[in-house]
Amino acid sequence: MAKLKTVEELKKIRQAALDQLDLRSTAESEDKVLVRVGMATCGIASGARTTMKAIMDEIAKQGLTNVSVTQTGCMGYCAQEPVVEVASKDMPSVIYGKVDEKRGREIVNEHIKNGRLLQNAIINKSFENLE
Amino acid sequence: MYVEPNTNERLEGQKSIPFYKKQVRRALRNCGFINPEDINEYIAADGYQALAKCLTEMSPDEVIDTVVQSGLRGRGGGGYPTGLKWKYTRQSQSDEKYIICNADEGDPGAFMDRSILEGDPHSVLEAMAIAGYAIGAQYGYIYIRAEYPLAISRLEIAIKQARKLGLLGENIFSTGFNFNIGLRYGAGAFVCGEETALIHSVEGKRGEPSSKPPFPAQRGVWDKPSCVNNVETFANIPPIFLKGPDWFKKIGTEKSPGTKVFALAGKVNNVGLVEVPMGITLREVIFEIGGGIKNNKKFKAVQTGGPSGGCITKDNLDIPIDYESLSSIGSMMGSGGMIVMDEDNCMVDIAKFYLEFTKDESCGKCTPCRIGNTRMLEILEKITKGNGTEQDLKDLAQLGDVIKDTSLCGLGQTSPNPVLSTLHYFEDEYLAHVKDKRCPAGVCQSLFSFHILPEKCVGCTACARICPAHCIEGELKKVHVIDQERCIKCSACYNTCKFNAIEKG
Repeated sequence: MAKLKTVEELKKIRQAALDQLDLRSTAESEDKVLVRVGMATCGIASGARTTMKAIMDEIAKQGLTNVSVTQTGCMGYCAQEPVVEVASKDMPSVIYGKVDEKRGREIVNEHIKNGRLLQNAIINKSFENLE
Repeated sequence: MYVEPNTNERLEGQKSIPFYKKQVRRALRNCGFINPEDINEYIAADGYQALAKCLTEMSPDEVIDTVVQSGLRGRGGGGYPTGLKWKYTRQSQSDEKYIICNADEGDPGAFMDRSILEGDPHSVLEAMAIAGYAIGAQYGYIYIRAEYPLAISRLEIAIKQARKLGLLGENIFSTGFNFNIGLRYGAGAFVCGEETALIHSVEGKRGEPSSKPPFPAQRGVWDKPSCVNNVETFANIPPIFLKGPDWFKKIGTEKSPGTKVFALAGKVNNVGLVEVPMGITLREVIFEIGGGIKNNKKFKAVQTGGPSGGCITKDNLDIPIDYESLSSIGSMMGSGGMIVMDEDNCMVDIAKFYLEFTKDESCGKCTPCRIGNTRMLEILEKITKGNGTEQDLKDLAQLGDVIKDTSLCGLGQTSPNPVLSTLHYFEDEYLAHVKDKRCPAGVCQSLFSFHILPEKCVGCTACARICPAHCIEGELKKVHVIDQERCIKCSACYNTCKFNAIEKG
């Protein structure tokens, strides 16, 4: 990557990154699914690494190619760690709490593959972000 | 368990959980949303736009004025207006100046700064560059404790990526402004969170505070003007420039605008990291966001401000949280640790815990702190062993006042607070220890013992089997007896008995 010289270049990067991230607003990424695993110290301490490995393993096993798994920081709900967020087009983003290895595989098989939510594990995100 | 794919309807019908309901996430705006190891995701979330705006559209004085107008106050605990700090550092004449980020988060039970650095390291880097531009510094230090390896590695990645994009380094956005950031690791001394001690530690010297003035704004690191701000303070800076100081002031109280992040810990149901508007009441934080006390126990007190703060009782649960009102009831905002205690916590034991901490962490420079805290701890130990007298309580109060008045730095000046505030609000509990030789919460081991009530014991042998000291004797279907001499008071029998036949007292 070249060094940024102007503010315009920063805006370009922003737009490009936004297009990649915001699944709900881009048409081309219609069937893409984004899985975010909370990987701050609190998440890792409660086993987020095992969860993430299990999710990636299950995705590979099921041969899903439209899913990208990324890590993120602390979502704040430490009592429910490890926390996993699943975002896909046409569906509100869903946050799951206490996702162990087994539940991680369930998320891949039920939510991502079959579009069925794991009702008993959902944490509803309803705080305002920055207002 | 599972429902048909009609997910939208299902989710909207679901009750939104109160944990997130009352929160407003500003400092934590990106935590849990972006990948902290990818600068592009931060840029997508309007990252580095504030820096671009400051460098290309505003003069350093305008930048400082904006921060002054926003009313942002230091989130490390003291609550000093951030804009003024920047202004004084700018006014100091010098060829070199430094901006320092205080990430030496040492309060037991606090993890706000760690979470920000782990979840959104770029926001701190961006804000440091803005601060550097404002005060005229070209170099910044992040002083972070070595106990935060993940935060350190994410910061290193973030700095590397920002340098690669030219957002740190020379001639940023072709404006001629140069700024770079280096990490300094703390070895875990609590006193190094105090700014003068921190500065000595950055220089490679022993982490001891020195007297102010000269303030760091006049003579800080390498004897050059320096500005020390907390992680959370920095995390609040970028949105102020993108949305304006008036937006920032919309939330919070008149004297303390904005939000504050708290690490909610202890005996609450929803342990976690919460960001709430200033002025919210403790009751809302503990009972609505925190979901109340675990196991339906009774709320006893909440400790804010870590080892420098005090305990707040249920009578004060409805006061609004801001810097002034917390100090007025003998506690302080502190960096944001909030530890909730229930009826099973002994307040004398809590005070002892914090004093053990400050006694260990005292750097030893001033006598009142070094020796005074040790003496206070000895008195507390005496009380918890059942040898205390009423005179001891008077001594504690007097000694505490002397330490507060005669210590040099914030550590000593605030170290007696946990004792003084518990002594004030829970005098009856101290008196129970001293007069009746009884620990009402059943924590202080020397002050209680276990007895088996003969009329309730059915002789099931459960207690005898679980006792690790093998000190419970008795035959099947006959009343059991505890040998007090050998009992180690581990509570195993008490927790095991299904017939409430074991009495603690």
